[in-house]
Amino acid sequence: MKHRNSSLGIRWTALALLAAMLAAFTGCKQESSTGTDTPRPGKKLVVGFAQVGAESDWRVAETKSIKDEAAKRGIELKFSDAQGKVENQITAIRSFIAQGVDAIILAPKVETGWEPVLKEAKAAKIPVVLVDRGISVSDDSLFATLIASDFVAEGKMAGEWLAKKTGGKAKIIELEGSPGAAPAIDRKKGFAAGISAFPEMKIIAAQSGDFETGKGKEVTETLLQQFGKEVTAIYAHNDNMALGAIEAIKAAGKKPGQDILVVSIDAVKAAFQAMVAGELNCTVECNPLLGPAAFDAVEQALKGGTLPKKTVVQDRVFEQSGAAAELPNRKY
Amino acid sequence: MRQFFIRKNLPILATAAVLVLLFGTFSLLFPNFLSLRVIANLFTNNAHVGVIAVGMTFVILSGGIDLSVGSVLGFTTIFVATLINHEVPPVVAIGLALVVGSAFGAGMGAVIQVYQLPPFLVTLAGMFLARGLAFVVSAQSLEIKHGFYGAVIDFGIPLTEQVTLRATSGIFVAVFLAALCLAHFSRFGRNVYAIGGNASSALLMGLPVARTRIWIYTLSGFCAALGGIVFTFQTQSGNATNGLGLELDAIAAVVIGGTLLSGGVGYVAGTMMGVLIYGTILTAISFHGQLDSSWQRIAIGGLLLVFIVIQRLLTRAPAFGRSN
Repeated sequence: MKHRNSSLGIRWTALALLAAMLAAFTGCKQESSTGTDTPRPGKKLVVGFAQVGAESDWRVAETKSIKDEAAKRGIELKFSDAQGKVENQITAIRSFIAQGVDAIILAPKVETGWEPVLKEAKAAKIPVVLVDRGISVSDDSLFATLIASDFVAEGKMAGEWLAKKTGGKAKIIELEGSPGAAPAIDRKKGFAAGISAFPEMKIIAAQSGDFETGKGKEVTETLLQQFGKEVTAIYAHNDNMALGAIEAIKAAGKKPGQDILVVSIDAVKAAFQAMVAGELNCTVECNPLLGPAAFDAVEQALKGGTLPKKTVVQDRVFEQSGAAAELPNRKY
Repeated sequence: MRQFFIRKNLPILATAAVLVLLFGTFSLLFPNFLSLRVIANLFTNNAHVGVIAVGMTFVILSGGIDLSVGSVLGFTTIFVATLINHEVPPVVAIGLALVVGSAFGAGMGAVIQVYQLPPFLVTLAGMFLARGLAFVVSAQSLEIKHGFYGAVIDFGIPLTEQVTLRATSGIFVAVFLAALCLAHFSRFGRNVYAIGGNASSALLMGLPVARTRIWIYTLSGFCAALGGIVFTFQTQSGNATNGLGLELDAIAAVVIGGTLLSGGVGYVAGTMMGVLIYGTILTAISFHGQLDSSWQRIAIGGLLLVFIVIQRLLTRAPAFGRSN
């Protein structure tokens, strides 16, 4: 009898939980339909944005830029955070197609694997604008345009800066991004090109820190135990890993920015703070505020205009000397 | 007797009710949700999870667990992609990958059986091993460029003008039907249930416990490799990082599908519903368009919690009987 009662209780709990979940959905839905900006006359544009995740400050800034720009233009944005999983991004794109969105913005996690789903988008006549990372497909009519920084150029700028700073002599640890990701591949290539003219610039170890602060710290700790005596510089494929490396250098009893030079890419706010503190030496900008350019491209593509296959965003190099002055201007 | 039937089937009935309730609610909430396209997408998008979850069902039915499946999927994608990029014919590459996956599962099954080790630990080791091997094969993602792949991807059975059923969904459904027969109409299936119900009585009854257990993990390894091949069809590429944490999604789908983690009770059909619930929630999140997909985790977590508590209550009485 007792057992029966508790089982009944559980059934009710289960039902209540389900109801609460559904209510949450309904609630959010209502909120979203009333909380958007004033609609423009005529049919409101609906754009789906398939984002990789929120793994770094840079990506959070990119998401915010796209959300803000959509709100500003009165476009209804369907946002999907794939939590770093390609399969979730593909699912999101298929759902966008099923919903009948007007256009799709995609920040692809990796370069390969997009052909099947983009074919479906093309068949449904939905233009796809790529942001921040390229893809490799056999038919480039599968996307309207790519809006991104030139990662090879960024890596090259970082390499050239380090060569100049060290007089062409350094023993470098390279912290790479996620294996297979375009920025990781290109920033490695670019850096190698930047230091190629200097035979005394040597990369003594290169390992992936997955673009994450924690992993960057972990990998640096391990590598410092192994190569701690000879290392003179660390090159990280993004600021978050560089910030992790700075922690690891401190933990090893050395001074980041002096004993070991640290150079990275992205130029997020935290990197400027680290430069002001003298712990980071240089960061190359990679602008995440792609919202305005992305929606320009979306509107252009919907009008049926032709777009260049790639729109390059211009990037700059920031050093310690200018960091304090630039810090208040950083939005991300 | 009737009460016994209801008690035994309550988990799967609850699963069916949840699926209908979720899909119904989302259809009311979102325009275009109740469409053939969304339903077809459920099968296409989740084919890889589905194939793996079907294999996992047998493992869990036998009272075991297989944590290596996500890594084996990742390994298979990069293995097949690398072979094809080295001019190996795709059919040969796929065949090889299935053999390697099955052999990997068989190896784990043998270690579990021979040394009487907990499946959790052995397959945990397998998880690390397969993931590491995947990175050894290639740390970079590789595109698969071959006419055969293009043909398979473009192949589809048109349901309507807009909606086609893809080859990957076909593989998923075929695996599901085969597993249904295997579980309910074969000696192997009966042995799996018997081992999960009580391994020592199964042994005393003269059932081939050792052989069956090794076959179970072989089957799971095969399904993981096949899931990997499905994944390469979905993405036309291989990547060593594919399928990170996928084993947990598969386990969740099996448990939500009403299979008891203690073994012996459950249905392959329940797993199919579990996979569809999993996919429905993810689709609803994209339709909603404001939530991030961590809400999928929250929803799955909530459902899982409810289901295991229900299961606990349902199994309490029989469990006492068993221990006496």
